[in-house]
Amino acid sequence: MYSEKVMEHFRNPRNMGEMENPDGTGKVGNPVCGDVMELYIKVRDNIIIDARFQTFGCGAAIATSSMVTEMVKGKSIDEALRISNKAVAEALDGLPPVKIHCSVLAEEALRSAIEDYMKKKG
Amino acid sequence: MRRIYLDHNATTPVHPEVLKEMENALELTYGNPSTLYLIGTEAKKKLEEARRRVASRIGAKTEEIIFTGGGTEANNLALFGICRARKKEGNHIITSKIEHDSVLNSAKALERDGFNITYLPVDSYGMVDPGELSKAIRPDTILISIMHSNNETGTIQPIKDMTEIAREKGIPFHTDAVQSIGKINVDVAGFGADLLTIASHKIYGPKGVGALYIKKGTRLQPILYGGHQEKGYRPGTEDVPGIIGFGKAAEISMKNTEDNRLVVLRDRLYNSLSERIEMVRLNGHPVKRLPNTLNISIEFVEGEGMVLALDDLGISVGTGSACATATLEPSHVLAAMGVPPQIAHCTLRFSLGWDTTDEDVDYVIGVLPDVVKKMRGFSPLYKEYLRKSRKEAV
Repeated sequence: MYSEKVMEHFRNPRNMGEMENPDGTGKVGNPVCGDVMELYIKVRDNIIIDARFQTFGCGAAIATSSMVTEMVKGKSIDEALRISNKAVAEALDGLPPVKIHCSVLAEEALRSAIEDYMKKKG
Repeated sequence: MRRIYLDHNATTPVHPEVLKEMENALELTYGNPSTLYLIGTEAKKKLEEARRRVASRIGAKTEEIIFTGGGTEANNLALFGICRARKKEGNHIITSKIEHDSVLNSAKALERDGFNITYLPVDSYGMVDPGELSKAIRPDTILISIMHSNNETGTIQPIKDMTEIAREKGIPFHTDAVQSIGKINVDVAGFGADLLTIASHKIYGPKGVGALYIKKGTRLQPILYGGHQEKGYRPGTEDVPGIIGFGKAAEISMKNTEDNRLVVLRDRLYNSLSERIEMVRLNGHPVKRLPNTLNISIEFVEGEGMVLALDDLGISVGTGSACATATLEPSHVLAAMGVPPQIAHCTLRFSLGWDTTDEDVDYVIGVLPDVVKKMRGFSPLYKEYLRKSRKEAV
């Protein structure tokens, strides 16, 4: 039911694991609903130079986390804020309809990490 | 790659002897059993032989077996059939919260048609309390439907206590015995249900065939209308090769005394996994459970992720009910047992079968701890748990 690309990211998640001293952290989802995503970013001169994640969730949740961290690296904050859930799903060659919410979660995690960075920056 | 199939509660491989009889039937037994010439009457004979085999598997009379297009259809026929035949006598039905979707969704459809439904609760082992059934019975109760054993947890229900309550009140009792047949002894005359559902593909027979046992004297209306086949309860030309396969599977499952072997294997799987993995929780009754079924929650790792990772290692297991894979809701069975949703999401169901070997179980014991370790490694919930337990230790 998953695309090859989803399975590939599920099997070999990129940027997986905690980040030491991140500039921004986003945590979204709820264990009761079955998905929790934590996304960390490192920012230099307004550019996201590194992103990592930790995720509790289904195959699609892990693959979207992995994909969004790949997509965001090297992007400016403004560019990163324009990454939509649709773009994440498309980059994975699509998601089953019941799993679209996983890409929404990935977008939300990214936004939340950026908001956290902005707040810290003041 | 090595393939280990541990999802026998979802479906079973077709037994080689069943396959042989079916191949034969597909080629030679093509006659319509309702015709008068030799090719037809031979098909009829084989059909009746299959009926005899299925009947004797559950201790029923041959004429009490109606073939259907599977377990779901048999459950629909039982619920709608009884309710339509008895709607002048009342409009209350009692079932449980842990039934298979084919019973639950039939009950919900009947609810929309104006019937009142009581969904009995279960205890933390997934067991219905016969006392609760007694309390739920009303003067207008026309049907009770409680499953014989649960497909997700394997918990075996106290059916005899409940059929006795039903009989005392003169209320027809249906039981979905799809998961029990072929795994434990099911003697319908012994425990006295009025209707009982069987599915062929759970006992190493073909898919798309099932049966409803209808005790003599039970009033029931069909849900399909057509010819006189299956006494009018299930019109349509019979699936002769499928039914022949079903009959053979029923016959083989009678001889099969695998129960003790599977209990030993299953318990070894559970004990070894709980030794090697922390925070493993058994779902279902520790003893009153199908010999082949092991349902566990491995905290902080989502079930689907484990299923996909195990599939890559050649192991086929499920997260619970195969029918629920398309939904995101955690299991309604575990919810009814009071398992918190964040734990229910972390569930794997192993269901063993006649083709399961010692080596298969060893292989799972060997690889699953590493899968869990890897996935917990990127689970934010596990991280929180570790931090919390470290704090508590200090």
